[in-house]
Amino acid sequence: MDVSSHDVLLVGGGGAGLRAAIAVSEVNPKLSVAVVSKVYPMRSHTVSAEGGAAAVIKPGDSLDDHAYDTISGGDWLCDQDAVEAFVREAPEEMLRLEHWGCPWSRDPDGHIAVRAFGGMKKERTWFAADKTGFHMLHTLFQTSLKYNAINRYDEWFVTRLLVDDGQVRGVVAIQLASGKFQAILAKAVILCTGGCGKVFPFTTNANIKNGDGMALAYRAGVPLKDMEFVQYHPTGLPFTGILITEATRSEGGYLLNKDGYRYLQDYDLGTPEAKPVLRSMELGPRDRLSQAFVKEEEKGRTVEGPYGAVVHLDIRHLGEKLINAKLPFVRELCLKYQNIDPVVELIPVRPVVHYMMGGVSTDLHGATPLKGLFAAGEVACVSINGANRLGSNSLTELLVFGARAGRAAAAFASEQKDSWGHVLAQAMDETRRLEGDFLRKTTGRESIAGIREEMQRSIERGAGIYRTGASLIEAAVTLRKLQERFRNVALQDHSRTFNTELTAALELSFMLDVAEAIVQSALHRTESRGSHQRTDFPARDDEKFLSHSLVSRNEDGSFRVEYLPVTLTRWPPGERVYGR
Amino acid sequence: MESEVSETPIYTPYHPRWYRARVSTYWWSRRWAYLKFILRELSSIFVAYFVVLTLLQIRALTQGPDAYARFQERLKAPVLVALNALAFFFVLFHAVTWFNLAPKAMNLRMRGKRVPDLLIVLPNYVAWLAISTVVAWLLLR
Amino acid sequence: MAEMITLEVARYRPEREREPTFQTYEVPFRKDWVVLDALNYIKDRLDGSLSYRWSCRMGVCGSCGMMVDGEPKLTCATFLSDYMPGPVRVEPLSYFPVVRDLVIEMTDFMVKLKSVKPWIVREEEKPTSEGEYLQTPDQLDAYKQFSMCINCMLCYAACPVYALDPQFIGPAAIALAQRYNRDSRDQGSEERLDLLSQHEGIWACTFVGECTKVCPKNVDPAGAIQQYKLTSTKEWFKSFLMPWRAK
Repeated sequence: MDVSSHDVLLVGGGGAGLRAAIAVSEVNPKLSVAVVSKVYPMRSHTVSAEGGAAAVIKPGDSLDDHAYDTISGGDWLCDQDAVEAFVREAPEEMLRLEHWGCPWSRDPDGHIAVRAFGGMKKERTWFAADKTGFHMLHTLFQTSLKYNAINRYDEWFVTRLLVDDGQVRGVVAIQLASGKFQAILAKAVILCTGGCGKVFPFTTNANIKNGDGMALAYRAGVPLKDMEFVQYHPTGLPFTGILITEATRSEGGYLLNKDGYRYLQDYDLGTPEAKPVLRSMELGPRDRLSQAFVKEEEKGRTVEGPYGAVVHLDIRHLGEKLINAKLPFVRELCLKYQNIDPVVELIPVRPVVHYMMGGVSTDLHGATPLKGLFAAGEVACVSINGANRLGSNSLTELLVFGARAGRAAAAFASEQKDSWGHVLAQAMDETRRLEGDFLRKTTGRESIAGIREEMQRSIERGAGIYRTGASLIEAAVTLRKLQERFRNVALQDHSRTFNTELTAALELSFMLDVAEAIVQSALHRTESRGSHQRTDFPARDDEKFLSHSLVSRNEDGSFRVEYLPVTLTRWPPGERVYGR
Repeated sequence: MESEVSETPIYTPYHPRWYRARVSTYWWSRRWAYLKFILRELSSIFVAYFVVLTLLQIRALTQGPDAYARFQERLKAPVLVALNALAFFFVLFHAVTWFNLAPKAMNLRMRGKRVPDLLIVLPNYVAWLAISTVVAWLLLR
Repeated sequence: MAEMITLEVARYRPEREREPTFQTYEVPFRKDWVVLDALNYIKDRLDGSLSYRWSCRMGVCGSCGMMVDGEPKLTCATFLSDYMPGPVRVEPLSYFPVVRDLVIEMTDFMVKLKSVKPWIVREEEKPTSEGEYLQTPDQLDAYKQFSMCINCMLCYAACPVYALDPQFIGPAAIALAQRYNRDSRDQGSEERLDLLSQHEGIWACTFVGECTKVCPKNVDPAGAIQQYKLTSTKEWFKSFLMPWRAK
């Protein structure tokens, strides 16, 4: 089989991956960097992010304020040393991106403009109209073209990590255009594959968000941290799940129930004012807002739409001029996908799965417990987001931790000698598995779409916004059965050229592993915190659970759940207060 | 990668398994927009023809009233009348499409906002009308 | 009996055939469905061997460009209801080599994109400790429209120049070059002009204007190219009328 080798290998070419690749090249231009992405980098899901990226630059704001907002927003599950490093490095990373050409929106005097965002006490969210992720990704991608040491493997699908002697040595990947299998060896591997929203049936996430990196690491024995924390964004369009950015609320939008009443005031989120008040009402944290929706639905006060219950997002009072200036993409999306003009009509919205706070367990520098393996971005859990992420922290996270992981991986790789061990045998094994289990197999009765949809239904039922022990156990049992049934899947497409049925099957197997990790972590955490709400354990339990859950796969294929205490520095756990 | 990626723009190399559809010689007839484009480009031939005709007319003028009268007689031939009518239509078409495209090539900004296309197109038509009126008045009085 | 709509989808399996063929599928009609939803229905329930690209399904990643009834469209933003009663013809983007079914080969574009140096070129970089480069909202507006390109390549599929001369750098690449030329922070206009004023650059464009018509993000690449021609001409006159200005 073909083999190539590099010093640092990135799996995933989104915001974190590109930032890390650039960081490696800046630290040591002689290192050979490979960016292996299953799609062209400008298609990565970073492109869909809308609202903004937070960093402290305005007078009157302070790093401690940003840290406190983040820590309290995460319900005290964030590692405070990581948060301190994050808020400290954020402004410089964001300025660096500006120097690279990112078209941030500006104040009339030419300085960077900032806006309010959910859960933040001060205005610190930088934005590029309402297509921040798009502009950040394209700026990073176009800047990465400058570096000749970065070799891109566009549309190569990584199927497994090669590990020998307790150290990562590279990956096995399929070149989609030709179907060729190749072992790409590297001294350091950084996972930047994003989250796993497609595990759920209703999500803002793109088709490519299948938890690839999380499953790859999990199968290599690396623990997944805090997988039970799944963020539901309160405002997604029904049916499509298209995201309506939090910026609609930070500019002053209201959430109304079927009586036109701003229902958030009933849920300890403050009192309604005409203008948006920071950390209050519609600018509260996402988990509380999504939970409020569920409660409203139980009371029968939501609006029945053709695709389920919705509430209304009202931005009519903002006026056409502001909407066209600050929220043009939102208007475009509503007109196109809902046939609604938000300037004069109400937008129907409901909570939608959006982000995974959990992921591959890393330290402050993006290093996982497996030597040579790093992770950054949504796939990683450092953890700076804790039990609930604040909006606009994740785009900044890509830059800060992408750079950190890049630098750490570069330093690590510089010290390694070329020694690939016995990984080529592993790579041949993987080729045999892919051919035998998928490409050549003709018997099998299960359909990929069938298993995928059942997985999505069962996890939404069992591990949605509100969970119980019973619902989680039921989901765990169903997922076990689906794993068994997956072995009976047979492809209709046996071609080698751009076989997207093969990639769909591989993605489904990744998702099944990740789904089990989510459900098991949720089952073992018998408390409610942030976005993990157990109706059978409704209180937060700082005595037992001020810790991260770590789910790891054992050698024999079974799993174990352990706990790692949260690192506290200067903010002892307190009450999360919004609106007062 | 199967193909060599180089710094300069290159024709995508031949790959035995990729399918390249042949572009038909009649590609311009496939879409109305392409046809309009080709007609627009062809109209320049008629503009050139009118220029030549005008030069011939001026030459006839300088050669005296008899030469000019002969010139005018020749122009009355039905073939030439038809040709000139066609050419006139194409020159109009040329002018209209030219005016309408003019704002696209310019990026005039005043007080921070892009000058709307109409504001660039309209003065052209107005000038055309004005000059035509002057010429007509000169000829017909 | 639920309403159905027929899709005629281009297929190409290089291991088995030399030329593309068409395959017909019956798909349920839903008024909320876009063409991409129909393709997903085919792949999930009728024929798993259909290959096509897609990702975000909200018109911002640029993956799902295909020819729908002969027009280049983003299939995630093209509603089936506009084509009722059908049939709808779905083919891969024109003027690109076809790899498989509805998947085209786009390395050519990636090479051309890199060649126009789509990054901030500066003689001297300001350190981040000195803060941001100041840029007023007006200065941002000068290039903002061209920065909206999602690299979907519908413009290339509509450009007859690209069809006849595949070495033409193309609308999107030139629009992105302009995006940086007009950015007040950039100083690389001259470098880019060197490449783009060559034969396969801006002068190959004959202003057909179809690229702007099909662009889903209103980038107006045709306008970018024509404006670039004006700038290029002005620079050329300046260079020989005022040679002392040359560095």
